[in-house]
Amino acid sequence: MSCAFSTIQELRKQLLAKEVHPTEVVESLLDRISSVDPKLKAYNYLHPERALESAKKADLSLPLGGVPIAIKDVINVRGEPCTCSSRILEGYIAPYDATVIERLRAAGAILLGRTNMDEFAMGSSTENSAWGVTRNPWDLSRVPGGSSGGSAAAVAAHEAIAALGTDTGGSIRQPAAFCGCVGLKPTYGRVSRYGLTAFASSLDQIGPLTKSIADAALLLEMIAGQDPRDNTCAPEHAPSFSKKLGEEIRGMTLGVPKEYFVSGIDPEVEAATRKAISHFEELGAIIREISLPHTSYSIASYYLVATAEASANLARFDGMRYGRRASGCDDLLETYGRTRDEGFGREVKRRILLGTYALSSGYYDAYYLRAQKVRVRIREDFLAAFRDCQAIVTPTSPTPAFCLGERTEDPLQMYLADIFTIAVNLAGLCALSLPCGFTRSGLPIGLQIIGPMWKEETILQVGYAYEQSTDWHTRRPPLE
Amino acid sequence: MTYEAVIGLEVHVQLKTQTKLFCGCRNEFGAEPNSHLCPVCLGLPGALPVPNEEAVIKTILTGLMLGSTIAPRAKFDRKNYFYPDMPKNYQISQYDQPLCQGGSLTLPSLSFPKDAQKEPQALANKKVRLVRIHLEEDVGKSFHLESRSGIDFNRAGTPLMEIVTEPDLTTPEEAFALLTTLREILRYGNVSDVDMEKGQLRCDVNISVRPAGARDFGTKREIKNLNSISAVRRALKYEIESQIELVSSGGTVVQQTMRWDDARGETIPMRTKEQAHDYRYFPDPDLLPIHTDGRLRTEAEGRMPELPEQKKNRLCRTYGLSEYQASVLASDPPLADYFESAARSTRNPITLANLILNDYLALRQEAPELATVSPEYFGELADLVSDSRLNSRQGREVLAILLRTPKSPKEIAEERGLAQISDRQALEAFCREAIAANPKSVADYKAGKAAAINALKGFVMKKSRGQANPQRIHELLEALLRER
Repeated sequence: MSCAFSTIQELRKQLLAKEVHPTEVVESLLDRISSVDPKLKAYNYLHPERALESAKKADLSLPLGGVPIAIKDVINVRGEPCTCSSRILEGYIAPYDATVIERLRAAGAILLGRTNMDEFAMGSSTENSAWGVTRNPWDLSRVPGGSSGGSAAAVAAHEAIAALGTDTGGSIRQPAAFCGCVGLKPTYGRVSRYGLTAFASSLDQIGPLTKSIADAALLLEMIAGQDPRDNTCAPEHAPSFSKKLGEEIRGMTLGVPKEYFVSGIDPEVEAATRKAISHFEELGAIIREISLPHTSYSIASYYLVATAEASANLARFDGMRYGRRASGCDDLLETYGRTRDEGFGREVKRRILLGTYALSSGYYDAYYLRAQKVRVRIREDFLAAFRDCQAIVTPTSPTPAFCLGERTEDPLQMYLADIFTIAVNLAGLCALSLPCGFTRSGLPIGLQIIGPMWKEETILQVGYAYEQSTDWHTRRPPLE
Repeated sequence: MTYEAVIGLEVHVQLKTQTKLFCGCRNEFGAEPNSHLCPVCLGLPGALPVPNEEAVIKTILTGLMLGSTIAPRAKFDRKNYFYPDMPKNYQISQYDQPLCQGGSLTLPSLSFPKDAQKEPQALANKKVRLVRIHLEEDVGKSFHLESRSGIDFNRAGTPLMEIVTEPDLTTPEEAFALLTTLREILRYGNVSDVDMEKGQLRCDVNISVRPAGARDFGTKREIKNLNSISAVRRALKYEIESQIELVSSGGTVVQQTMRWDDARGETIPMRTKEQAHDYRYFPDPDLLPIHTDGRLRTEAEGRMPELPEQKKNRLCRTYGLSEYQASVLASDPPLADYFESAARSTRNPITLANLILNDYLALRQEAPELATVSPEYFGELADLVSDSRLNSRQGREVLAILLRTPKSPKEIAEERGLAQISDRQALEAFCREAIAANPKSVADYKAGKAAAINALKGFVMKKSRGQANPQRIHELLEALLRER
């Protein structure tokens, strides 16, 4: 069997037992990619020679020695493009490594290629990519979710052993749910954002997309921890996230928010979630209904805060110093205007306009400031809830993967795909998504486990207990 | 009707730090263009700012020196506008929670332009209140070439401190005095070199006019980017006259941003209120709020220098110097320090101050650094002069040698035969010779022409090769002439 199907843990065993050589790993992944990626388009670009080169030099004594990792195309890797799936970054070659990339290199990982995404991580379907849509490995007519759709599809389709994604409002967890893999959004400040092209700086976090909970714990361990180059990266000690894996969850209290089961939730998703909750009870957990009363304001708050920050973060893309510049312009204003008009896609423009508006003089108090106040309330909701439980269990997304094109004309419908994930970013918490079932038509369903700040160990422990007593994670998408 | 002007300043000061405000690139003027760059100060995708503590401390120190309230919690905001010299198209600045609030500056008469130091406005010791002091990053520098433009980003991201005054100023001379006083204080705190030629101090002025005594302000205009203190004075003078002329001929001032064309000597409109930017300030999510209580403030407090006014007063009190001598010394802290250490080795600090301020400053251009003269030697020289063992001309001659030779002033004087002759017998011999050789002058003197004695003195000085003590000669000649 091709080692492309392995988890990190399995692969490491094979590598250490010399059953397989790192170059064979890279080759088998490249084979797998060439057979399935034409259908999926999970990757924006690959670096086969570089990957083979580092495979030859792989140091197996390192924790990720010989393990290829795919990187979302929003994280800077020295000497490589970093397009963020946008035309405006055409021609840009990153002159530096993001902190997470430095740490992966130091851990022995092999960088394989760059995965597709919604342009500048703005979207929930990976349809907003200048380089074409990525398809869901379980049903090619459906989206993989987004914005880390390329990373999720690559892991689910075994085109990658594991991948890094980024999560601003659900961009790791929702595609993980749609593609049937594990996705972890760390606590805000857990992982350095240095080198991550910013969408919304107060919400963005880098995190792992993997085939198993144990892999997510390991990968997080490699990238987490303080970074002097990121002022918002916390001095909090990064513990061994794998430490509690296997500890039983008997007696642990899990909260189920009543506000998450009321509006427009797909019946199959609801059923699978209820079943998972019963499963936790069988494992000895105490289930308690909790309330997060400001849930209904989270999307509104998010789309003001995130777009306001984005409007400033994306101002630097003006064609002056790097990237694509419109040609034949007569003056500075026209150069700015046409460069940005030609370079950005529709959703990005929509959000820049929205954010610019929210910050404008006369509107700031009513929009941006009020959104920040709501954000505080949402955080307080969770703080109160975590007095009664150690983790919260919810569906990751209200529906399974939807069809390509189904929501592109209706941005609000699209935004609702993140309704269960967004509040976590607003509150700065950690959360993960893992497979908890399939629809009758064979689409994966994701379960979200939310933890308090800095409690990744807890949600990993809960997720591991579930994963090890179910077999959803062993299914493979019907690609052959 | 008479009009009065209302003036407020926004002063930008480049801070003296090793590195830029948010990255590790060097903060250096005059380097090869675009040689001090990194992903952060170039605004590359993914790069993040990390605040430079030294810049924060220097801003707090400035606030302490100017009597501001230091905010216990300050934050950075983004100021949004597009311009090619600004890599991120937003500037990291401080909006509603600056590091320092309030404070004031008093304008001493000697800080006014020389031609205005005797005027009542210079003698008023006016106190000018400050609104705030904040910290922000500077932008790059544009160069407009023939058919295209170039940008040097070395300056982008360097720390810039903005000091905003209340509209308490009423004349161009007061604005001049404020900048002079401020510059001296900033040098004292080692906050900035404040070299205007390097653009280390730049100034925007807000100005309006109103009928004298009126309570309401007139409509203001802003003049941007004045880069010398004298240009501020010239621009204000021009702008006040032109606003008064406009208003008194029935016109109205429109709120406008102007720039000053120093060569043409006039202000030129840049944009009107309608074209004003909406900067859409919001807190920078990449940067944590700064808590100044504790280490940062303690560090700034530990660096509090003696301020210029304090130093002036102390120099007058301790050494008996004139206000003018004290001011000149205080305007050059290293020189004042040197004076004080040399003063320990002399009995006459006033003579020492004169030697430093008259002779040393005049010799400075051609001489090596003062630092090479030990303060003890300088003190010894002051004693030689004040004890009349050297006259003042000889004093300067010894000093000139002293600046190049590490020998004691006594040795130098002996080697060069530069001892003032005060010995009565020797001087009397010279005087008798002079009287014998100049009968006409003697006759003139006797006939009542007192000035005729000067010719006799000149003769003695010449004969003694300039070494005779002029005071003694005068006395001796008078006595000898009376005898006859």
